[in-house]
Amino acid sequence: MSKLTEVFPEEEYILKGNASCPGCGAALLLRYVLKALGPRSIFVIPACCTSVIAGPLPRTSFKVPVMHIAFAASAATASGISEMLELRGREDINVVVWAGDGGTVDIGLQALSGAAERGHNIIYICYDNEAYMNTGIQRSGSTPLWAWTTTTPSGNPRPKKNLPFIMQVHRIPYIATGSPAYPNDLMAKLRKAKKIKGFKYIHLHTPCPPGWRFDSAKSVEVARLAVLTGAWILYEIENGVFRLTGPSKRLLDKKRRKPVKEYLKLQGRFRHLTREQIEEIQRLIDEEWERIKSL
Amino acid sequence: MRNIKVLTGNWAAAYGAKLARIDFVSAYPITPQTSVIEKLAEFIDKGELKAKMVRVESEHSAMAAVIGAAAVGARAFTATSAQGLFYMYEMVWWAAGARLPIVMGIVTRALAPPWSIWTDHADFLALRDSGWILLFARNAQEILDTIIQAYRIAEDEEVMLPVAVGWDAFIASHTAEPVDVPEQEIVDEYLPRKKAFSHMLDVDNPFSLGNLAFPDSYMEYRWLIDRAMNAAHKAIVEADREFGELFGRSYGGLIEKYRCEDANVVIVMMGASSGDGMDAVDALRDRGYKIGLCRIRAVRPFPVKELREVARTVDAVLVLDRAVSFGIGGTLGSEVKAALYPLKEKPLVFDFIAGLGGRDVDARLIERLALRVYDVLDGKTEVEEVEWVDINPEVVKA
Repeated sequence: MSKLTEVFPEEEYILKGNASCPGCGAALLLRYVLKALGPRSIFVIPACCTSVIAGPLPRTSFKVPVMHIAFAASAATASGISEMLELRGREDINVVVWAGDGGTVDIGLQALSGAAERGHNIIYICYDNEAYMNTGIQRSGSTPLWAWTTTTPSGNPRPKKNLPFIMQVHRIPYIATGSPAYPNDLMAKLRKAKKIKGFKYIHLHTPCPPGWRFDSAKSVEVARLAVLTGAWILYEIENGVFRLTGPSKRLLDKKRRKPVKEYLKLQGRFRHLTREQIEEIQRLIDEEWERIKSL
Repeated sequence: MRNIKVLTGNWAAAYGAKLARIDFVSAYPITPQTSVIEKLAEFIDKGELKAKMVRVESEHSAMAAVIGAAAVGARAFTATSAQGLFYMYEMVWWAAGARLPIVMGIVTRALAPPWSIWTDHADFLALRDSGWILLFARNAQEILDTIIQAYRIAEDEEVMLPVAVGWDAFIASHTAEPVDVPEQEIVDEYLPRKKAFSHMLDVDNPFSLGNLAFPDSYMEYRWLIDRAMNAAHKAIVEADREFGELFGRSYGGLIEKYRCEDANVVIVMMGASSGDGMDAVDALRDRGYKIGLCRIRAVRPFPVKELREVARTVDAVLVLDRAVSFGIGGTLGSEVKAALYPLKEKPLVFDFIAGLGGRDVDARLIERLALRVYDVLDGKTEVEEVEWVDINPEVVKA
């Protein structure tokens, strides 16, 4: 068992009794992220669910320093922190952005792109729950095709934006995806990111029971099915070299992937789908995997 | 042992920031601010200034980066103008709310549309409610000196608020003047290294800056800013007085008074054209008019006490406004009226809106307006409570 505590240190840096919803994927991921990065980390958090999870003044649920910042500003604020720490010779400190999908793929994209292009020493983590969940399930640029949200009542007509691939063309040293269903994979990637100097981008699949309309006991199951159906792909891009990781490694062959229907049927946000729409989603996933093959 | 250099206002600002030993600067280019940042880039490049510069992709990010750097203890600087200031507006409020002692130069420029690159004060004055201390300088020397003073004020433990230093586009920003550049050692004596403060982000003392406040505590955080702003009044006066003791120059604290002693009319104005205002005062004094001028140096905190003291004994106050709050009148005029209203014996306040979008405000114009005020006092004419000066009928004709 010693190996397990080596991978997952016992120390907790996000405290019990925080304000996350039952089954919150973000809180689960945050726990792993903090264990991997450790106490010598400064977190920059834009408007997102974690603005609430951090708790009300004068208390905090974080055991590392947290800077709350405006929605579009997190990557730029982290730039300032990172450069100042470098000037002071404090490069042992991880400067981490912890932002939702809205704050990353939509309103925060300009600042993110700027910070990545400038190459600051930052770990930028997007926890992607695929809609504006903190404001009550409105569509974001990361909402998947045909998913119900309160602003797409009959389903989102566009596929989600592929942000890791946008980050790839910024020529940053490390990009990875992760899932709360595969914590070993996640911890290894975070530990790797911690050692690399420069801009690191990590994109995490983040099941949201109230937003995706599923039983809060099933967050990990939903996350696992996303990976096993190939709807969420685990990979890393290190210095431009793409590599599948975890269970995704053996899913290049379509026959090995479960049909996406198994992932969709657990979630109320996809309950209204027609057979044609499900086929369209399946086709989109298969096309994505064909693209992966060519990398 | 004076070190006189011929500097534009913008270069003087860069020298001021360098002498203040800033260690972080982030900015985005906008006319007429650019030469401030170019000069700082040059200082850093030559190794004359040990600071980090982050060349961001927008003003929103410029202020965000400066906030991040200041939160880990940097003495941080940025500069912008007009559209740039409005693009970073959200972050400007954030800086004050987070109580970070940042200094920002605002090279005042009129807002679009229609496009204009010339001065007026609408951009600067839009920060009135933001929690920033607002200081305005009138020439290159004062720009340099005020930036140094600004860090003293911002980092005062009773204050801990950001400071914006304004100066006029082109009239001040691009006019080269002889400037006395102070010795670094004396500046260091005046402005010691920045101390650590209690809400700095520190891994050895984890702290969350800006967590959610419920209605039972939000108001108190706002009250604390107001208390700090009141404390800034004293800090500005002392910073200017001590500056005078060390460098032989000071500016009167929150207002600079010019020939106000026995005046029955005073002009209130702000910025580079105040020099023309002083020329107008001299010309009128020569003709026997008892007129003086109060130049506003601080808009926040507003020099309420100082203005009342001057206004108590005058018959009329002439406000020359380079900004307008549509639907009520000149921005500065409204502030002056609010400040003077509680006086039992109130002077008349005439609010003239002039010089928007860089239109010249010269001594002759100011003299003409002052003579009209004297005519009103003599019962010879009337003027409107708020008057737009010299509106060209050709332009406004449909």
